[in-house]
Amino acid sequence: MRYSKEGWFLRDSITLFERCIMLAFRSPGAIGLAFIAPASIMAVFVYVFGGALDIGDVSVVDYIVPGVVLLTIGQSAAPISVRFNNDMTKGVIDRFRAMPIAKSSILIGHVTATVLQNVISVAATIGVSLLVGFRPQAGLIDWLMAAGIMLLYIIAIMWLTVFVGLFAKDSEGASSMMTLLGTLPFLSSGFTPTDTMPVALRIFAENQPMTPIINSVRALLLGELLDDRTLQLALFWCVLMIVIFYISALLIYKRRTTK
Amino acid sequence: MSEKTTVAITIQGLTKAYKNNKVLRGVNISVQKGSIFALLGSNGAGKTTIVKILSTLIHPDGGSAEVLGLDVVKQAKQVRNHISLTGQFATVDEQLTGKENLLIIGALWHVSDRKEQADKLLEMFQLTNVANKRVSTYSGGMRRRLDIAMGMMGQSSIVFLDEPTTGLDPQSRLAMWNIVKLMSSLGKTVFLTTQYLDEADYLADYIAVLHEGVIIADGTSEELKKTLPQGIIQIQFNNELDLKKAKALLDEYPIRDDKEINTLNIQTDSSAKAFADVLNRINEINIEILKFTPKQPTLEDAFLILIGEKKEDV
Repeated sequence: MRYSKEGWFLRDSITLFERCIMLAFRSPGAIGLAFIAPASIMAVFVYVFGGALDIGDVSVVDYIVPGVVLLTIGQSAAPISVRFNNDMTKGVIDRFRAMPIAKSSILIGHVTATVLQNVISVAATIGVSLLVGFRPQAGLIDWLMAAGIMLLYIIAIMWLTVFVGLFAKDSEGASSMMTLLGTLPFLSSGFTPTDTMPVALRIFAENQPMTPIINSVRALLLGELLDDRTLQLALFWCVLMIVIFYISALLIYKRRTTK
Repeated sequence: MSEKTTVAITIQGLTKAYKNNKVLRGVNISVQKGSIFALLGSNGAGKTTIVKILSTLIHPDGGSAEVLGLDVVKQAKQVRNHISLTGQFATVDEQLTGKENLLIIGALWHVSDRKEQADKLLEMFQLTNVANKRVSTYSGGMRRRLDIAMGMMGQSSIVFLDEPTTGLDPQSRLAMWNIVKLMSSLGKTVFLTTQYLDEADYLADYIAVLHEGVIIADGTSEELKKTLPQGIIQIQFNNELDLKKAKALLDEYPIRDDKEINTLNIQTDSSAKAFADVLNRINEINIEILKFTPKQPTLEDAFLILIGEKKEDV
């Protein structure tokens, strides 16, 4: 009656996914803060700096939306990483592993919940930006492509989140490793054009992965011309991050769950 | 499956090392079905390592361990159908309610009537009135009770409790003892670890003493007390100087001193000859004896003598 069969794998993954979602909605940090922080940053840029920013013909809000989206994804990564780290270091994983459930369904539960959580906060961020005057010029194809790039980025950050959650000794370590991710969008083309930055910073900003991703999403949403090289770079970075963090996360997960 | 056997757990020659640290150095244990078994040992003795091996979390380096005749390494999946593990630290989800915690575990065990099961366990563990409150509002004792209730959701026949009362206040500790007895009365085999002698003495049908990775003694509480020579003579002196002098004279007897009350606990074979010998030696140097008491060894005496842990002179 209670014996686990192979067919239970999907059901166990769903149960563990539901658990993660319940935990996410119950902890004020996870979705609430991840959403409030970008919303307030948007408000500051649009209403406070807005008049002073010189970014050409584009309106401030149209310009910063992709940067804020990446910021949102980075902000929500920290509490997710902590949640995963807690499970790995505080004995929860041992309880699950001593039960007749597949090891991978624990990971799958976390991973799928993380993606869903991020999709929700990105959608909410775009919703808020529409309220404060975001006027995208994208057609359906452009929207789908932009959504595709954002989803790839979400998956890349999700594996990074899992990797940090596994790698960090405790939840504080996980949290502090992830704060970097929340500040990196500022050192990109997300909020100001890179040619206004000092040289060293500009070289970094122009070559870090977020810039081509932001430029691609921006071009698609605003109906501007997207050159192939930018798009290729954006896709290249996303895929590279996914491969690196996926492999490292899986290696650590294996090591941590078989002693 | 193992048909008529009455043995729930068999461990033979179990070894485990972490790098150069030999945690287990050939452990043999046998646990009867339906009994309460206590693995007694101080911090770092290797208790948790044994529990982790039995609950399929880590692999031993050598030797074998079987649960209900199933090998914990080769048949780990089947073993997991029969066991539940409650670790040293409560692994409950703080943000969820007690009942939600139970329902998730119930879902993972594929229990069809998990709501009824959860309610039953909440009542059994006296958590009904907080069932729908978040665990973050629970006391330490309530958390631990919920933790163990979660372990019972799958109705496993073998329950591992790793230091179930460590860190609990006396009242919660007593409640936990009652829970362990209750589990046993439901027919479960309970394998618990503890640092507390009175706990093992009160709860366990069978005790094994683990010290530095080997079992140094095992038996029922009564048997353990009997493996010692019958008598402990307790002699109280006027002052520490007398105590030291007397101790020096009696150095061929296993001895333990309690300086706070200037008392020596001398282990003898309880023969009249030994009594006379001890008293004669002390008389010879004219030390006054304040109080003289022959007594039955407690489990604590047994333990301290077994591990040769004497409080050394400074």
